[in-house]
Amino acid sequence: MNLQDFVFYSLAGMTVIASLGVITLRNPVHSALLLVFTFVTSSGLWLLLEAEFLAIALVLVYVGAVMVLFLFVVMMLDINLDQLREGFWKWFPFGAVLALVMAGELAMVLMSKQFGSENISAVVAKSADYSNTKELGRLIYTDYVYAFELSAVILLVAMVAAIAITLRYRTDKKSSNASNQIAVSREKRLRVISMPAEKKD
Amino acid sequence: MDSLQPLFEQLFGSEWGIPLFQLIKNLLLIVAIIVPLLLAVAYLTFAERKIIAYMQVRVGPNRVTFFNIPWLRGWGQPIADAVKAIMKEIIVPTGANKFLFLSAPVLSIGPALAAWAVVPFSPELVLADINAGLLYILAMTSLGVYGVIIAGWASNSKYAFLGAMRSAAQVVSYELAMGFALVCVLMMSSSLNLGDIVAGQQGSSFLNWYLIPLFPMFLVYFISGVAETNRAPFDVAEGESEIVAGFHVDYSGMAFTVFFLAEYANMILVATLTSIMFLGGWLPPVDITPFNLIPGMVWLLLKVAFMLFFFLWFRATFPRYRYDQIMRLGWKIFIPITLVWIVLLGMVMQLPENIRQSFPLNLWFN
Repeated sequence: MNLQDFVFYSLAGMTVIASLGVITLRNPVHSALLLVFTFVTSSGLWLLLEAEFLAIALVLVYVGAVMVLFLFVVMMLDINLDQLREGFWKWFPFGAVLALVMAGELAMVLMSKQFGSENISAVVAKSADYSNTKELGRLIYTDYVYAFELSAVILLVAMVAAIAITLRYRTDKKSSNASNQIAVSREKRLRVISMPAEKKD
Repeated sequence: MDSLQPLFEQLFGSEWGIPLFQLIKNLLLIVAIIVPLLLAVAYLTFAERKIIAYMQVRVGPNRVTFFNIPWLRGWGQPIADAVKAIMKEIIVPTGANKFLFLSAPVLSIGPALAAWAVVPFSPELVLADINAGLLYILAMTSLGVYGVIIAGWASNSKYAFLGAMRSAAQVVSYELAMGFALVCVLMMSSSLNLGDIVAGQQGSSFLNWYLIPLFPMFLVYFISGVAETNRAPFDVAEGESEIVAGFHVDYSGMAFTVFFLAEYANMILVATLTSIMFLGGWLPPVDITPFNLIPGMVWLLLKVAFMLFFFLWFRATFPRYRYDQIMRLGWKIFIPITLVWIVLLGMVMQLPENIRQSFPLNLWFN
């Protein structure tokens, strides 16, 4: 065992334990925080594979943005655990069947011929000046450009839809419009008039 | 230092000796960066108090001195403050989640210090010269928000939680504008490596710095940096007159001080990154003899000090933004500006070769 193996096993162990915690802990905030930790350790595993762009992008996007918003929502929920556990045994058979189907599907995908160490070529160590980012950019914008653009458009549509669902124009809303406030000119608010001085009688 | 490597190989064998040597060497280098940085943080608090005091026609701290030397009066103040903070009790509120409550300060200062790993101080002087340096910095600065959120939630107090929500929403919003501004920088330099970004600004004078072609991005980045660090005029998270210190309202003693240190460490980081990406890093303003004899690190430190002064100046000058105005500035003004500039920059980069090689453009696109 060398240092790299040691780092791999500790990261992998932490990932497994943390992801088990995500689904077993009772407090949803703790689960969400452990999910964050799982992302961080997985990005460490990707770093070991010399995929530094993907590893840092995982931290940047999922840990830095997605999970923050997720935590927002989870923290603001007022969760009653007793209410949540109500009807657990009633729905258990249904959930168990779903879980079994999921496990079967996962097994069918993962045990097919495409996966497994014999099908994936060993990671070749690249020299220090090899830029993972450049290579990925070249692949995305040449070989996989249609898939990439398509997924970008799908995300854009989802974003527009989310905004359209939450956007409401209310006419009875009382709030100041900062653009109007800034755009105001002296002439709109103030009238300078000239009048002769008045004398006290 | 590398001469010690054979000694490690003898002691621990060739398989473990080299990594162990690298580990210890890197730890020492990290200490060599962190200790001056923390000293700079301590004296930045002093500088802030002094500068704002002079701007408000006061004197500022002028008592604590070293060894009774009269002209050092006031210079002992940061040390005295640190000693005071260490002596104080850390109170954990009833009903607070103790583990998260105490780990929140660590999570807030950790990323602020970790980001320094890729910062180049001079062409040779950088701890980790990695390819994706800029991306790493973005990732690390985006992690800082966890300290805020966890502190607000773990305190089990409505006021702390409200402060955390405000602060986190603000940080997440301005991160976008910041990221887009940096996209322009990396389009100009076509590299994510901070050393290459500075090298791309090399030329005969300051006209080659990215400050000039990317001036709007410089403003967006720096103002977003002020907002990211929750400094005035964007300090609604702290909001002394409204919610009293926001997310760290329940913290006391050293736990509070660590948040404070993280804020100042982030200020220095933003100032350093602004200097590196827009003000030419270690490059002298004019590449002629008296200036280019001065070591690059001195220039970098001068630029950082210059940018830090703006932080303090802003605090003494501007009134606090209202919360909806903060969000409007980030989402409706900064993000459109950056998007337009990215498109413009892309168009300029696609211009024919002979136009890009003619006068103003050949300074930056070569």
